Amino acid sequence: MSTVALPRVEPVSPTGPGKRRFSPWQTWGALLLAPYVIIFAVFVLYPVTYGLWLARHPESYTQLFDDPVFGGAVVNTLIFIVVAINLKMLAALFLSGFFVTARTWIKWLSVLFILPWAVPSIPTILSIRFMLNPEWGVINQLIFRLTGEDGPNWLNDRWLALSMAMLVHVWKSLPFWTMILIAGRLAIPNELYEAASVDGATAWQKFRFVTWPSLATLYLTSTILSMIWTLGDFNSVYLLTGGGPADLTHILATLGIRYLRLDQVDLAMATIVCALPIVLPLVYFMMKRLSR
Amino acid sequence: MKRALTEARLLLIGIPVAIWTLLPIYHLFLFSISTKDEAFSGRLWPEHPTLRNFSIVFHQEHYFLNHFWEQLWNSLVIAVAVGFLTLFIAASAAFAISRLKTRGGRAILNCALLTYFIPAAFLAVPMYKAMGTYGLLNHQSALILAMVTIAAPYAIWVLKQASDKLPYELDEAAKIDGASPLQLFRLVYLPLMAPSLVAVGTYALLLAWNEYLYAFLLLSKDTNITLPVALGHFLSADDSPWELLMTTGLIYALPPAAIYYTFKRYMVSGLTSGAVKS
Repeated sequence: MSTVALPRVEPVSPTGPGKRRFSPWQTWGALLLAPYVIIFAVFVLYPVTYGLWLARHPESYTQLFDDPVFGGAVVNTLIFIVVAINLKMLAALFLSGFFVTARTWIKWLSVLFILPWAVPSIPTILSIRFMLNPEWGVINQLIFRLTGEDGPNWLNDRWLALSMAMLVHVWKSLPFWTMILIAGRLAIPNELYEAASVDGATAWQKFRFVTWPSLATLYLTSTILSMIWTLGDFNSVYLLTGGGPADLTHILATLGIRYLRLDQVDLAMATIVCALPIVLPLVYFMMKRLSR
Repeated sequence: MKRALTEARLLLIGIPVAIWTLLPIYHLFLFSISTKDEAFSGRLWPEHPTLRNFSIVFHQEHYFLNHFWEQLWNSLVIAVAVGFLTLFIAASAAFAISRLKTRGGRAILNCALLTYFIPAAFLAVPMYKAMGTYGLLNHQSALILAMVTIAAPYAIWVLKQASDKLPYELDEAAKIDGASPLQLFRLVYLPLMAPSLVAVGTYALLLAWNEYLYAFLLLSKDTNITLPVALGHFLSADDSPWELLMTTGLIYALPPAAIYYTFKRYMVSGLTSGAVKS
């Protein structure tokens, strides 16, 4: 059963089938579509075609594979997508259950909970960046006060820094996906839970046999969509680590922009083309799902 | 007894969630009311809270902040322009696709969806190159058009979903009364779509206000950049005045939070219903 499915109305065509050709309705339709068609042609179709054309040289790829940063960026991107997204979606699934609990203080908490998503990323990520400062950051000062030992140099170790970037990503986008799953949960008819209670179902059984079957499709779609968007998440890595230490925490998005800034557009486009084997299947899945 | 246990379990989830959510924002606030020395001391509340940082920012008394008001104004102009342009483009497209059943509408909707699925940082590279070709680099119109390109697909999708739910008898009735397509659009369609339009307009406005990557790629003159780009400049300096950076950041984060809460009612229903159809 799909939950957030929207009713599909099959409308009667405003114009009869016979006189479609030059009716004012069709003319107006074309005129009203024109602004978007122009935007799409000028700022998506042409740039993307031209960009792919720039990425046609095999030498770009040899040069890219010879760059020691590239291999690391591919690994980091895959870790980001597999680990961070799944952790985030599991947390969102869990928290959506928490937030639908009827309590006044939970309502208020849910209002605050949305803040990381609503505010711009630059101030908050820079704030987190300073919290992680090894000497003056509040976290290491707290560690020193509690244990008398120096805390780790958070952003100076590849895996630690990458984990922190993933945490920033989760912090920023968890509220949005929790909101989506809350909407999904609220669409499940309450009678199902009442019936389950009458049958003496435990909380886990209610989740397993009522909530999950209704939510599974939405959960899967959300995960795929989040994976696609995360490939383009430049801020979490760039603003926290800048790709450092020693270019070890780059992901494909930041690497592409780095080449662009170095005026190596061919390499930047080649980097993006290298991400296509991950992007295209996900996009294909989403297109099949949404454009029916 | 069982009830108390449930409450305790809820608190056990709620308190960590509250700390996790608010800590970076509280830290931002803490810096903005601390002097540099106190900010670096790692205290959880300054001994002598001060509003001095705000005064420095508002009076532009630091060379990083020489153009603070101008850059804030740039952010505002760009965000408002993106909001309105997106609304105009998306509402007309959704009306043409959903209500007028314009031929080719389905294909254009698919183009929009496909754009929606291009990761933003990937589209940035060819877009930057194309803006160079068009001679728009360093013009604010480049950022406006880029953000409209990114916001419009989702806006069209959400509005199209909402349009499909309006009863078609309305269109029929308006037609029988002799309404032209434009009258139907202005007098029937737009008023009925108002809640979704508010959601979509706010979405585009916030997207543009919060944007960093495209702004920093497309604009570079001190006088035409938006405030996030200026905040990014702080990073390149060794002796960054972090307390001022955080104060400016806090000021910049307040309007979107306020706008979001004002239109929350529309945003949540509008965006979640359109976001994922399963």
